[in-house]
Amino acid sequence: MDKFNKLAAIAAPIMRQNIDTDMVIRIERLRDLPPEKLGPYAFESWRYKPDGSEAPEFVLNRPPYRDARIILAADNFGCGSSREAAVWSLHAFGIRSVIAPSFGPIFYNNCFQNGVLPITLPLETIEEMVAEVEASQGTGKLAIDLEACTVTTPSGKVTSFKIDPLRREALLSGLDQIEQTRGREKELATFEAKDRQQFPWLYQTA
Amino acid sequence: MTGRTLFDKIWDRHVIKELGGGYALMHVSRHFMHDGGAAALERNRKKGYPVRDTSLTFGTMDHAVSTEPGRTAATRSQFAARLDAMRDECKLAGVKLFDIGQPGQGIIHVVGPELGLTLPGTFLVCGDSHTCTHGGMGCIAFGIGSSEVSHVLATQSLVQRRPQTMRATFDGTLAPGVRSKDLILYLIGQIGTAGGTGYALEYAGSAIRSLPVEARLTLCNLSIEAGAKIGFVAPDETTFAFLKGREYAPKGEMWDKAVADWRTLPSDADATFDREVKIDVARIAPQITWGTSPEHVVSVTERIPDPESVADPDKKRAMQAALEYMGLKAGNPIAGTPVDWVFIGSCTNSRLSDIQEAAALAKGRKVAPGVTAWVVPGSETIKRQAEAEGLDRVLTEAGFQWREPGCSMCLAFNGDRVPPGKRSVSTSNRNFVGRQGPGARTHLASPAMATAAAITGTISDVRSL
Repeated sequence: MDKFNKLAAIAAPIMRQNIDTDMVIRIERLRDLPPEKLGPYAFESWRYKPDGSEAPEFVLNRPPYRDARIILAADNFGCGSSREAAVWSLHAFGIRSVIAPSFGPIFYNNCFQNGVLPITLPLETIEEMVAEVEASQGTGKLAIDLEACTVTTPSGKVTSFKIDPLRREALLSGLDQIEQTRGREKELATFEAKDRQQFPWLYQTA
Repeated sequence: MTGRTLFDKIWDRHVIKELGGGYALMHVSRHFMHDGGAAALERNRKKGYPVRDTSLTFGTMDHAVSTEPGRTAATRSQFAARLDAMRDECKLAGVKLFDIGQPGQGIIHVVGPELGLTLPGTFLVCGDSHTCTHGGMGCIAFGIGSSEVSHVLATQSLVQRRPQTMRATFDGTLAPGVRSKDLILYLIGQIGTAGGTGYALEYAGSAIRSLPVEARLTLCNLSIEAGAKIGFVAPDETTFAFLKGREYAPKGEMWDKAVADWRTLPSDADATFDREVKIDVARIAPQITWGTSPEHVVSVTERIPDPESVADPDKKRAMQAALEYMGLKAGNPIAGTPVDWVFIGSCTNSRLSDIQEAAALAKGRKVAPGVTAWVVPGSETIKRQAEAEGLDRVLTEAGFQWREPGCSMCLAFNGDRVPPGKRSVSTSNRNFVGRQGPGARTHLASPAMATAAAITGTISDVRSL
């Protein structure tokens, strides 16, 4: 997994509530494409016109937002389907952080599995960031520091954010969770033996 | 000491290790896979991670399967490679797969309870957001991403943060024509699609206790649309009667032991919740969505809401965009809106009782001219049961198409799509933009309301059919 420590980047505002993972990546794209090839299909239905050409008004098609590494979003970003391809497509596009007042719970977990940092901040704070970014025609960068848990706006205003220590440390170190859990073999085996004794009916599945 | 909730009791018995900050390494007692699971199995195989406990993982085919009448396991399609990969990977990994044409094949959230694999008290996951459905059996069940699926396969465990608890209490008696689908759509309309975010949501109250298991599964299915990835109903005598004798349910002495344990699970009378919502069921009429989020919902007797009446600018924008996409005008009555398609199916509403209700309403009537109406049973077993009862004939005589089991046009992955610009009344769970196909306009409703729409050709109040 990618490590995440510091990021200073262009931030694209997509301030609509309830952007679901179907909107982020259409289901058809999951059939044939590997995760790293999904970038061109992120927000497909907004990014392209029916004839396949780019929709010039969509934020991620406009310079400098084409180079965005951060998305500023409204409530409940990434709700809906559990498809991890939503994160894969954002990651392949170049997005490394999404800042929103709330997230779909499965999308939120999926971000951490792919080195993408979801930051939860109040809507008013995000709207202030959007105002600053837009005042600079998008050129003003947001600076995220995961070590310090801060976001700094182009004008230098610093906002702290909260994140679970376990998630933060995993992102900072690029930890492989499967390897880590496999390292807990003794604890897994002890639990399983006890569980089989206590709840034997759960294991009669042959 | 205050009492413990059902959630506390089930969560605590699955903790392998507390990891600090509310996180824990959790043991997974049931892991289900659909036909999208081949990628995780392949990834783990290549890394040299065997499936840790093959007796606790089960697979079936649902998302990508054809629902074309007369299909067989060998029916070729653009998805043949995906289905073959799932067959191959399950075989290599030693995972039991319920394949096309066999009892046990169907939508994973339908077949888990049907087979008796979904049991009260379990910690159950699947790489699909509607895994919350299984909560209707009295377990903690939720959807996970593909990386988390890999973790479960390799370690039979998952790192999760303990959510807060919320209780939605539905008291009173359901009015005629009102189903559990209406209860949950109404709740989402009240609390919004982020109202349950961060919570495990328990459904309680006299109205929930009176629901049969299939209706509880429908209710829990939409928990994720309320923002809660976990939703559940306490197990009770209704649950036990449903489970007894099912293929994988415990038998004999083991059954008695299991039931004795399950009776201890419901929340204690003095348990407290982080959030409580109370709903008077008698006030609820049949529901129908008008927009592109499940919270865009009204009673069928109401008018389409006006974005101008909403102060929140983000919400207003979302409502305006939804009206434009749906081709609807604020202030018009929702009833009477012409319909092109009707879809009765999905992990929400494709069970035998749903099909029985549709057939009872359709009997002796005809699907309106110009309406294409599909019934897609949730599983091979349901299909056979419905056919044994003659329901397929009733429905086809009325002009419905009777199809093979799968997810079908709930998510339109397998090519079953509502055409662009066409309006569909669907018993599924998501009315998102493009969900049933690019440009498709979806209205969510109960099977009774969907049948009424098919017969009248418009969005209609089933109570006046």
